[in-house]
Amino acid sequence: MNEIFGVPLPALLGQLTLGLVNGSFYAMLSLGLAVIFGMLHIINFSHGACYMMGAMFTWMALEYLGLGYWWALLLVPLGVAVVGIVLERLLLRRLYRFDYLYALLLTFGLALMIEGGFRQVFGVAGQPYAIPEALGGAFDLGFMMLPRYRAWVIAVSLTVCLFTWFVIEKTRLGAYLRAATENPRLTQAFGINVPLMVMLTYGFGVGLAGLAGVLAAPTAQVGPLMGSNLIIVVFAVVVIGGMGSILGSVLTGLGLGVVEGLTKVFYPEASAVVVFVIMAVVLWFRPAGLFGKEA
Amino acid sequence: MNPPLFNPVAAPDAHATEYLRVSSLHAFYGESHVLHGMDFSVRRGECVALLGRNGSGRTTTLRAIMGLTGKRTGSIMINGREAVDLPPHKIAQLGVGYCPEERGIYAGLSCEENLLLPPLVGSSGMGIDELYAMFPNLAERRHSPGTRMSGGEQQMLAMARILRTGARLLLLDEISEGLAPVIVQRLAEVIATLKARGFTILLVEQNFRFAAPLADRLFVVEHGQVVAEIAQHELQEKRAFLQEALGV
Repeated sequence: MNEIFGVPLPALLGQLTLGLVNGSFYAMLSLGLAVIFGMLHIINFSHGACYMMGAMFTWMALEYLGLGYWWALLLVPLGVAVVGIVLERLLLRRLYRFDYLYALLLTFGLALMIEGGFRQVFGVAGQPYAIPEALGGAFDLGFMMLPRYRAWVIAVSLTVCLFTWFVIEKTRLGAYLRAATENPRLTQAFGINVPLMVMLTYGFGVGLAGLAGVLAAPTAQVGPLMGSNLIIVVFAVVVIGGMGSILGSVLTGLGLGVVEGLTKVFYPEASAVVVFVIMAVVLWFRPAGLFGKEA
Repeated sequence: MNPPLFNPVAAPDAHATEYLRVSSLHAFYGESHVLHGMDFSVRRGECVALLGRNGSGRTTTLRAIMGLTGKRTGSIMINGREAVDLPPHKIAQLGVGYCPEERGIYAGLSCEENLLLPPLVGSSGMGIDELYAMFPNLAERRHSPGTRMSGGEQQMLAMARILRTGARLLLLDEISEGLAPVIVQRLAEVIATLKARGFTILLVEQNFRFAAPLADRLFVVEHGQVVAEIAQHELQEKRAFLQEALGV
């Protein structure tokens, strides 16, 4: 019998991989938010806009410059990071002395402005972006067909998340980052250029969002609204995982993607709200999130 | 001897032996004006103690030298370089090691990660083996998380951490505070050893009995100013004054 609880196995596995793909995006985006929150103590509401910019830049690179997917994969995250760094230097940096709410409002405003700018120029309709040739088609695993592009997204996301975790937890640079997160003033008094690290951390965090945008371009309609649709779920992921926890945000992102995918199979009506139901339950029992440290 | 590139030696003059000179230093935390014209100097290889009551501005003086207060005015010459306008990481890179009053051990790092964290700021830092010989407890606790260590161990770690970096000027804030007498005794031996090795040391102390035998000169701080300078050999005759000024 190729059925589980009355659901055909291929459909189940299909939703499972789709859930993992969505989870990969959640993981990369919430990882960027967690890294930024850990170092800057700000909640970056412009993260969805950075993700959208990543996808839009990818589409624009092909449309206007003739640069294909692989160039975009390399250049677009850097481009988004540069935009982030400029915003950090010009605007965010002035707000660190104040309550974090000011930075939250600023990034929220920036998100609206960035989205509004793209809407003004490109309208709200989504643009198609073709899957690159090398990643077209599917692997025949015998028991199911696995589209190559989905496997690619999951693999890239896992690699990037693992790499980030490794750098932060196991390297000297990571020790500087953790030290600066815990006690920025003292860390700077040891001779480490903390303001530079803060700037680069922000660039890296939004660069991750940009990378997620590149990966998303062939899977979704590329349009100015794609960020705001996703970011609310991503914030729920961050809340469930626990603010500032690196591993927590990655595992929670992947896990919730899968839960969402499975909900689509077993009870499609709930698939849009399941993440928020989980968030409410988690907050009830563990206000600091699954991986967060209780204050 | 070749001077390091980032640290050109000042022209030889009357102040050439001064490693640290603080002149009319004012410092603020936000609106509150804490230092009101601190004036003192520390000669190369000298150990100087800042004494005073709580709130007199001793800790703020060290923080101001490191650039950790709010606005600062006046002058802070470190090894011939003006530091009053530099950010904290540039000041550290002049060869300054800072041991804060709260010790500043990172909870998220192990003992050894704490020890290895500060980047080198000079070429003459002590090696890990040498430091573990000086502080044997740290060798035993090398893999413990920073905050699982006792107060004495944390203090040893905070000291060892800046000795590894090659800093030649050590700013030590209340290192004897709240520790058992046997550990305070050990720290006094360490300071004496460091003095013999030519480190320039600025101590902030509440514990007069700890500082007095170690310091070549003592400055009494009140209301953010130096109000008296006492040389080691004047300690006996000025004892009554000190007891009055420090309330000990």
